[in-house]
Amino acid sequence: MLLSTRDLTKTFPGTRALDAVSFDLKAGEVHALLGENGAGKSTLIKCLTGAYRRDSGDILFEGQPIFPQSTLEAQAIGIGTVYQEVNLLPNLTVAENLTLGHQPRRLGMIRSRAMNAQADEMLSGYGIDIDVRRTLDQYSVAVQQIVAIARAVHLSGRVLILDEPTASLDAREVQMLFDVVRDLRARGLGIIFISHFLDQVFEISDRLTILRNGRHIATCPAAEVDRMQLITLMLGHELQQETATRARPVADGKDAIRFSGVGRRGRIAPFDLTVHKGEVIGMAGLLGSGRTESAEVLFGAAPSDSGTVEDSDGPVDLRNPRAAIAAGFAFAPEDRKTDGIIAELSVRENIILALQARRGWSRPIPQAEQIRMADDYIARLDIRTPDAEKPVGLLSGGNQQKVILARWLATNPRFLILDEPTRGIDVGAHAEILRLIEDVVAQGMSILVISSELDELVAVSHRVIVVRDRQHVSQLTGEDVTTDTIVRAIAAPDLTPEATT
Amino acid sequence: MTTVLRRVAPQLLTLVAVIMLVSIYFPSFWQIVYVNERLVGIPIDVIKRGAPVALLAIGMTLVIATRGIDLSVGAVMAICGASAAWSIDQGFGLWAALGIALVAGLICGLWNGLLVAVFDIQPIVATLILMVAGRGIAQLITGGTILTFDNDAFSYLGSGTLLGVPVPAVIWVLTGIGFGLLVRRTALGLLVESIGVNLRASTLTGINSRVLLIAVYMGSGFCAALAGIIATADIRGADANNAGLWLELDAILAVVIGGNSLLGGRFSILASILGAMIIQTINTGILLAGFPSEFNLVIKAVLVIIILVLQSPRVLPQLAYLWRGRRDRSQRPKQSQTSQQNAGTETKT
Ligand SMILES: Nc1ncnc2c1ncn2[C@@H]1O[C@H](COP(=O)(O)OP(=O)(O)OP(=O)(O)O)[C@@H](O)[C@H]1O
Ligand SMILES: [Mg+2]
Repeated sequence: MLLSTRDLTKTFPGTRALDAVSFDLKAGEVHALLGENGAGKSTLIKCLTGAYRRDSGDILFEGQPIFPQSTLEAQAIGIGTVYQEVNLLPNLTVAENLTLGHQPRRLGMIRSRAMNAQADEMLSGYGIDIDVRRTLDQYSVAVQQIVAIARAVHLSGRVLILDEPTASLDAREVQMLFDVVRDLRARGLGIIFISHFLDQVFEISDRLTILRNGRHIATCPAAEVDRMQLITLMLGHELQQETATRARPVADGKDAIRFSGVGRRGRIAPFDLTVHKGEVIGMAGLLGSGRTESAEVLFGAAPSDSGTVEDSDGPVDLRNPRAAIAAGFAFAPEDRKTDGIIAELSVRENIILALQARRGWSRPIPQAEQIRMADDYIARLDIRTPDAEKPVGLLSGGNQQKVILARWLATNPRFLILDEPTRGIDVGAHAEILRLIEDVVAQGMSILVISSELDELVAVSHRVIVVRDRQHVSQLTGEDVTTDTIVRAIAAPDLTPEATT
Repeated sequence: MTTVLRRVAPQLLTLVAVIMLVSIYFPSFWQIVYVNERLVGIPIDVIKRGAPVALLAIGMTLVIATRGIDLSVGAVMAICGASAAWSIDQGFGLWAALGIALVAGLICGLWNGLLVAVFDIQPIVATLILMVAGRGIAQLITGGTILTFDNDAFSYLGSGTLLGVPVPAVIWVLTGIGFGLLVRRTALGLLVESIGVNLRASTLTGINSRVLLIAVYMGSGFCAALAGIIATADIRGADANNAGLWLELDAILAVVIGGNSLLGGRFSILASILGAMIIQTINTGILLAGFPSEFNLVIKAVLVIIILVLQSPRVLPQLAYLWRGRRDRSQRPKQSQTSQQNAGTETKT
């Protein structure tokens, strides 16, 4: 056995994140680690890599007990990790990132030619052809991930841990990453793969281990379980089927919000959009195609420099987020770490924050009311936290996402913009969030959902806008809203329904 | 209430420890007498002399909570003190002098706030400008001399007493309570903490972070004005070169001793004020103990380092871990022995 844990236990105040977990990783396998948000996956990884100090239990590397005190020590032992957020330095060159800490030197000076050669060599065999002298931020997230993997493999070379590596990649990039992973498996590395995308899990992994509430539930070959069994093991109960009844939006245009010719130079070309009451609009497109930029224009985060916005009461002021919120808008951004959560503040404070900001500083929400609201949303969205006073930064990734959703629902907006609302969210919560969207829409809220998961878009949207090269290229309605048509509209300009009809 | 107590417990303990240390050298520390309608004693002296730093620390706490810093407060003290002295000198009277000094402080804060919030200049650089230029401005106001005046009503603010308590102490206590209520009875405290932790996310959540930042720097300017008024009233004169000199550093130190992170976020005004009192007790103690004055700064530095190290979030868990580790180690051998025995019996059978 390459790497094993025996009765690994880790407790945080109020939470037993790992409860006597035993886990085995063989050389030459991809082992998927699965479980709900807050099940303890990331905690297990962090204990293995020395980022957390375990309370008790053993970690064995090739049968020998190890006690990594830091990620550096773990690396030296042979355990390399790539986190969801790429932890490289974007403004250094690819070569510097790859060789950082062990650059070839002469007389204390870094020899750049040797360094670049070494970097080229490290990247050979990964099937990407890039210039190692350019800075890392000039390349896509997928390439950055692969650079991070190359670095981790070079430094450790036995065990590679990937914690939600595909969350921000599109389908093509995922394949690129998986090719690399398959190659490394063939070279005999043991690979731990964490993901909430079950299709990907089945595609790449040899064995699965399922955690629930910090406990080890099952380990089995991937070929021996099917999707439904897996979900049942993860949730501890069967997944309720989604109701596919889509209420028709009120399209009489009475309460509609009309955006005409809004856009922002260099970010998104001017576009028109009419949002009807109780309507779900999907937005599809590749990463970097202008989806997030559209959302930022609609919310005033990067205000439009052209066009007008009107509703039944006249012009709508979208100068900045504050004005947009006053107009009843809400926006749950894609990057929850930098744009969403206030990590040090409690779950309660994070939930009431948008509402409090709208009421203004002089009218504080009474403490009792805050507690009631927080408890209400914790129950409704099933946020896993010991209590409402825990700093939100200590919650698991998926639960942080739910807190941000709660923050905006609390303001009871009329137009809610969700940028990748289900990223990093487990299957159970995924279904819950889709149900929630249907709920609030039935009460008359309008929603714009941006998502890379086309199934999800098709499931909730009344119509779908396709964005390509920073332009809104087409709109699919009614029968045309299928994954197939969306994929075609994203890829080929001349196959969009508008062009053919 | 208990949460407040738990928050300031380290500062309270430190203050008690420092006081005990001083009492060793100076056993009559606690002797307080009432003469000429004023209380006299070392603790009274501490709360009076600590007034400027305590006042500055109140404003500085809020600035630091936004992940900023205000280096200009010492210079702003000089500007405001000079403005007050000038007004008295011109015969404007007490209230006009106070008004002018406070408005001067608010304008200084507005300037800092605009540089930070609107022009996106790093706080340390933005406030450095006024720190350097401020003394020049104060000199322009005083005309390059030490501007003295004779106005009993005004100097009462620096050296008078209210029910026996020095007026400067009354001022910082009232200001502290005022600011405390202002931030905790409204949502200001929460919003300030929020922009300190994550400015971008806070703005996207609809917090008016620009206005809030400017307000916080103006609050700091207001506190500096009060401190400047007290300093000027106390010596009956405005000294543009020396009023509030280096006090910005003591104020920052007080905030840090108060356990507030320079990285912004959670803050406690009470803890910062306790920090200011700790610093003043050390200052007074060193003076009383009669060390040669060359030693003062060194001793102070050593004490401050000890306090900070003991309060550091890294050191405390480490100490706790060592302590627990000792217990664990004394228990663990037994466990591993039994497991070895088990293994042994297994192989034998
Ligand atoms: N540093 C910490 N302090 C306190 N609690 C923590 C800390 N890190 C994790 N936890 C708690 O431990 C539990 C497990 O969290 P973990 O991050 O391992 O979940 P996860 O399985 O990775 O979930 P996700 O799929 O959402 O990323 C959660 O309840 C979380 O709140
Ligand atoms: Mg995780």
